Amino acid sequence: MASEVMASSAKAEILRRIRAANGRASSLDAGGVEAEWTSVEREYRRGTSREREAVLELLEDRLRDYDAHVVRVANTGVAATVAKILSGRGKKRMVVPEGVAAEWLPAGFEFVMDAGLSATELDGFDGVMTGSTLAIAETGTVVLQNVAGQGRRAVTLVPDYHLCVVRVQDVVETVPEAMARLQQTAGLTTTFFSGPSATADIEMTRIKGVHGPRFLDVVLVA
Amino acid sequence: MSGVLDPRTSPPFPIVAKTMLGDSQLRKNVRHATDVIQTKRARVVGEMPDWQALREAGRQIRSHTMENLDFYLEELERNCTRAGGVVHWARDAEEARQIVVALVKESGSDEVIKIKSMTTEEIHLNPALEAAGIHPYETDLAELIIQLGEDWPSHIVVPALHKNRQQIREIFQKKMNLPELGERPQDLADAARMFLREKFLRVKTGLSGANFLIAETGGVCIIESEGNGRMCLTLPETLITVAGIDKVLPRYQDLEVVLQLVPRSATGERMNPYNSIWTGVNAKDGPRNFHVVLMDNARTEILADEEARQTLNCVRCGACQNACPVYRQTGGHAYGSVYAGPIGAILTPQLQEMHHAQSLPYASSLCGACYEVCPVKINIPEVLIHLRNKVVEQKGVSAEALAMKMMGMVFMSERRFRAAQRMGRMAEVPLVRKDGQGVGWIGWLPGMLGGWTQVRDLQEMPKETFRDWWEKRGKDGK
Repeated sequence: MASEVMASSAKAEILRRIRAANGRASSLDAGGVEAEWTSVEREYRRGTSREREAVLELLEDRLRDYDAHVVRVANTGVAATVAKILSGRGKKRMVVPEGVAAEWLPAGFEFVMDAGLSATELDGFDGVMTGSTLAIAETGTVVLQNVAGQGRRAVTLVPDYHLCVVRVQDVVETVPEAMARLQQTAGLTTTFFSGPSATADIEMTRIKGVHGPRFLDVVLVA
Repeated sequence: MSGVLDPRTSPPFPIVAKTMLGDSQLRKNVRHATDVIQTKRARVVGEMPDWQALREAGRQIRSHTMENLDFYLEELERNCTRAGGVVHWARDAEEARQIVVALVKESGSDEVIKIKSMTTEEIHLNPALEAAGIHPYETDLAELIIQLGEDWPSHIVVPALHKNRQQIREIFQKKMNLPELGERPQDLADAARMFLREKFLRVKTGLSGANFLIAETGGVCIIESEGNGRMCLTLPETLITVAGIDKVLPRYQDLEVVLQLVPRSATGERMNPYNSIWTGVNAKDGPRNFHVVLMDNARTEILADEEARQTLNCVRCGACQNACPVYRQTGGHAYGSVYAGPIGAILTPQLQEMHHAQSLPYASSLCGACYEVCPVKINIPEVLIHLRNKVVEQKGVSAEALAMKMMGMVFMSERRFRAAQRMGRMAEVPLVRKDGQGVGWIGWLPGMLGGWTQVRDLQEMPKETFRDWWEKRGKDGK
C-alpha cells in the first residue's frame, strides 16, 4: 500500500514538473496535440522512385553487402531451391514456425514445427526457415512479425542459420513505405534484420555473427 | 571503484584530459575507431538525397514530443498497460534503482542478463544490483569487455572503443579462462558467443534500456547489432526496461524517421542488423512479465530551461563524439560521466542540476562539427555557451572577475600598461622554455593563471614592444 502511494505520487510529481516546465497547469487536449503532430514537416522521400526491377536488384545488392546469400526463383521453384541451398550448407534438421507454406518444404530434410520449443531445444537445430512480412530494398532489411509462417522471435534467433523466403510483392524501396505497410499490425512483436548478426566492437572490424544466426540465405520469390 | 563514472566524484575535465593525452595507446585506439565510423557515416549519409529533410523532421518530431511530453507519457502508459505491461515512475536514480532491484527480486532470480543501456550506466544500476545480491551479466560485446576488464565505458555507442584486440584478448584469456585464445576479432567474438550462450539459455530475468518508446501503441523499440539484445528481450520470463522520459515518440510512423537517422549516424550503416519492437506481453512470444520504468532524473529540469531543452532531443547516436576534435584527443573517460563527447559536455552537467561537472561546458573548441552531424540538429555549441553563462552566474563574483577588473584598469592608462609589460617580461623569465626553433613557450603558470596553461601553451613576450620599436624607428630615421 505504501509503495503504491509512493508510485502514484512519483507519477503525479513528474507530470507536474513537465507541465510546469512547459508553462501549463493541466493536461492537453488530444485534438490539439494531434493537429500539432500533423503539422510536422515531412519533406523526405516517402514513396518509391525506382523501376520495380531496379528495386529488387537494389535489395539483392544491399543484402549481399551485408554478407547474406540471395537467390531469386520463380514461384514454383522454391522447394527445389531450398533443397539445393540446404544440401550445399550441409543442413538436415530445420525448425519451422507454424503456418509455413507446405510447398516451400522439399522432401529429404527434417522440418520440425515449432510448438513452443524451449530455447535449449531450438539451440539443437541446424537452422530455421521462415517466410517474411516485407523487405526494404534501400537498407537491405527483412521484417518478421509474429504471424503464421514467421512465428515467435526466439525461433529465428537461437539457431545458427536462417533461411528466409521473401515474396517480391512484399519488397518496398524505402523505410517510410515499410512503416506505412506495418501500421495496421503495429501491436505485433516485430523484428527487423539486416544481414546476419554482426558486431564492430573490436577495432571497428565488422565481425559476422555474435549471438543471432551467423549465416543468412534469402530466397526471393517472383 | 570499477564500473562507475560519477560526475560527483570525478576530477574536473582539464585535469583528467591532461593524463589521457599522455596515453598514446588510448589516443591511437580512439582515433582509429572514430576515423572508421566517420568515413562510413559520411558515405551512407551521402547516399541519401533527403538527409537534410530527415534531420529537420527528426528535430520537429523531438521538439513536438518535448512540448507535449506529459500527454505522450500518459498515452504510453495507457497503451502499455492495456497490452499487459506494467509501468513504473521514478523521480530520480535512487527511486529507479529501488524499483528495479525490487522487480528483479520479485522475478525470483538472483541473476540478470543485460543489454547495453547507457541509462542503467547513468544510474549506476550494476553496483546497486550487486549490493542486493543480484549478479548482472552484460551481454553486449563491448559492455562485456568493460565488465570483465573492470573498466569504464568511453563512448555511447561503442563503449570499449578505447581497447584494441590485444587488450581485449588479455581480458578474455584471464576472465574466461581461455589461455589458448587467438587474437583475430573473430576468435574474440566466438569466445563471447560461447561464454554468453549458456547465460542466455539459463537466466530468467532480462534488463534493457530503450531506444524509443511509442506512445501510440505502448511499444518499445530497441536498435542493436549483435543479437544479444534479442536474446535478452525474448528468452527470459521477466523483462524490465528502464527508460528516460525523453525516449518517447508520438506515433509508430515516427519510426520511419528515426530508423533512417540513427543507424547511419551511429555506426555508418544503412540499417543496424537488428531492430526489435514489442508491445506489452504476448502469450506466445517473449517474456510473460514486462515492466517499464519511466525515469525523470533531472530531465524535467532540463525541460524547464528554454535555451538548453534541445539537449533532450538527443537520440544517443554518438555522431557528435566521433566528430569532436576534443573527444578524439582525450577519449571518453576524461568527461567523468558515461555520457562523453559534446553531448556529454551539455547533458552531464544538466543531469547533475549544474552542481557538478561544471568544467564540461568548457571542454569544447566550439568548432561546430557536432552540430553539423547531429541527426536531430541539436545546436550543441549554442547550449555549451548558454551553460558556460550559467556556470559563471552560479560561481558569483570570482577571482577571475576580479582579475579582469584589474586588467581593465591596466589597459586604461598607458603608464600602467608599459609598467605591466616590463614586469611581465621580468616575471616570465623562469617559466620560459625554448623549443627546437628557439621560440620561447610557457607551459605552466602559477596559481589562478594555471587555468590558461592547462589547456594551451603561451608564447613568451617579445623582447621589444611595438611602441618601443616605433619610437626607436622614428629617432633612427632622423
